[in-house]
Amino acid sequence: MSVARRLPEVLVPALLVVATALLGLAVSNYLEGYFVNTLVKVAIVVGLYVFIGNSGVLSFGQISFVAVGAWTAGVLTVPRADKPIAFPGIAHFLATTNVGNSASLALAAVVGGVFAFAVGLPLMRLSGLAAGIATFAVLEITNNVLGYEGLIGPALNGFSSVPPTTGIWQATIGCLICIAVAYAYQRTRFGRMLRATREDPAAAAAAGISIHRQRLVAFTLAGALAGFAGGLYVHLQPLAANDLFLDLTFITLAMLVVGGSGSLLGAVVGALAVNGIYTFFTAAVNTVDVFGWHLHVRAGTAEIVLGVLMVLVLILRPSGLTGGRELSLPRRRRALADLEKARATT
Amino acid sequence: MILGILSLQPLTWPTVATALALGGVYALMAVGIGLVFGVLRLVNFAYGQLIMAGGYALAYGSLWNFATWQSILLCFGVVLVLTVLMDRLVFRPLRTSSPTVMLVATFAVAFLLQNIALLKFGPLSKNVGSLAQLNAPWDIFGVQIKEIAVLAVVTALGCLFILQLLLTRTPLGLHMRAAAMDFRTARLLGVRANRVIGAAVIISGLLAATSAVFLSVQENSISSTFGLQDTIIVLAGVVVGGMNRPIPATLGGFSIGFATGILGGVLPADKTQYLTSFIFAAVIVVLLVRPNGLFTRGGGAVERV
Repeated sequence: MSVARRLPEVLVPALLVVATALLGLAVSNYLEGYFVNTLVKVAIVVGLYVFIGNSGVLSFGQISFVAVGAWTAGVLTVPRADKPIAFPGIAHFLATTNVGNSASLALAAVVGGVFAFAVGLPLMRLSGLAAGIATFAVLEITNNVLGYEGLIGPALNGFSSVPPTTGIWQATIGCLICIAVAYAYQRTRFGRMLRATREDPAAAAAAGISIHRQRLVAFTLAGALAGFAGGLYVHLQPLAANDLFLDLTFITLAMLVVGGSGSLLGAVVGALAVNGIYTFFTAAVNTVDVFGWHLHVRAGTAEIVLGVLMVLVLILRPSGLTGGRELSLPRRRRALADLEKARATT
Repeated sequence: MILGILSLQPLTWPTVATALALGGVYALMAVGIGLVFGVLRLVNFAYGQLIMAGGYALAYGSLWNFATWQSILLCFGVVLVLTVLMDRLVFRPLRTSSPTVMLVATFAVAFLLQNIALLKFGPLSKNVGSLAQLNAPWDIFGVQIKEIAVLAVVTALGCLFILQLLLTRTPLGLHMRAAAMDFRTARLLGVRANRVIGAAVIISGLLAATSAVFLSVQENSISSTFGLQDTIIVLAGVVVGGMNRPIPATLGGFSIGFATGILGGVLPADKTQYLTSFIFAAVIVVLLVRPNGLFTRGGGAVERV
């Protein structure tokens, strides 16, 4: 398969992200925040896709890596003068250490990756329900510890005075980095080996692929991306532990499933589509004008619409909007003609 | 954290009684979840929202000045209707999908119901009124034990006994056990699929309603997230115990409830907020050591290729 023909596989998701960003720039300042939020969600879902999409194993633990990344980036960037108020009980080392914006994002990715590796090392041996419940347990523990432990962060209060550096540019670039990493990974032999284990674990194992090792690689990479996305998120809005718990887990899973968990395009399309709908109904709480028609809904409608949508997609189109396929150009006729000619001459 | 564990509080009888009661309620929930899993291969995340609906029914019953038995009847009615609706509208169309798709679907239903409740009943929690009198302590051999704890243990034992009779002594029970073992072969041998599934769904609904009554009285504050955390813990317990058979699943549910109750009582006061972490860390350890279940014998089900 030629490189040119494969180009749309990564270009289309990237262009969708850029188009969203441009749309965000074109609208009013007030609405721009929604677009930035959408882009951060895309980054989180792409991280989720790297593991779930490629391995076919359900993980509820991804948001715990987002949370860990958010904590890392948040704690390290709050100005030193504000730290005694923002984090009353924090460890001395964290109270005196500060890093810049980009460094905080990089560190968030590193911490997310390391945490995912440490968790995945034992857990990736499990499969099926046991794996699902174990990753859920990781989510519960992370939420519990981050929510109460004052030594490592703001505990119950949630973050305050984190520099709000995630604007539309930072969100777009961050999102594009995630897409590039996810695509690069799925084209490497590691990505292909993992996809082989997804399609047929027994055959893949027979071909010499270590399922445990391949899943661990993807889990770690997904954890790093999640940590990075968490860093982006905490620079966007003040977060608390419960913002990064069950609801976010559900919403991001919904995005992946609606889009189609089998492809990068599906992850991006799902995140954009679901976020669009979700944001629309969230904004409609304060009345939105749709072509002169004043729409006003009660708070909580967005979640209900999302739930119904997700059930419908699962029933009517279980492989998602994209059907789990990437977008690539159709095979050219000439290649086939050449082959025929070659066959005729021999 | 380590030092905190060393300075545990002494174990008291009321703690044991509370733990037994929680274990009993969780065992009932575990059976409800396990039965549906057995015949449908469906992990029902939305089970907690059935319990939430039951809790709201009790709360509204007391708001409308219903007698206790009327409230409980209302609770059973609401939960049963919701269970059957859930099965018809969501689980039946998805019956042939992969377990992952079904799991995500129940996740969606749970989220949906929770938000409908939030929209309908508001963010403020409601209490169950007169039923809360059951929290009054009884004096048993000089030990103060909550009335509800005794009732919960007795009811759980009763329900489990009846269920065991149903499963082992009736044709329907035989069909259900056969379907849980191998659905396709059971159908070939004349087990009617819809009847077995219907029975499992209805029994799980009845158990959800029973659990709802006890949980509502114990916590006495019904909000849209009521039952959610309990369901997650019970699901973990069921998987830890062994999902494939009713008895290991029940034991798993009971153990995790009992452990939660005991730990909640003996952890020093400044560490109780980490109760969730301790429980789930234990879950992870057990899953790693016995991935097929703590209470199952042999190697468990062999994965088919």
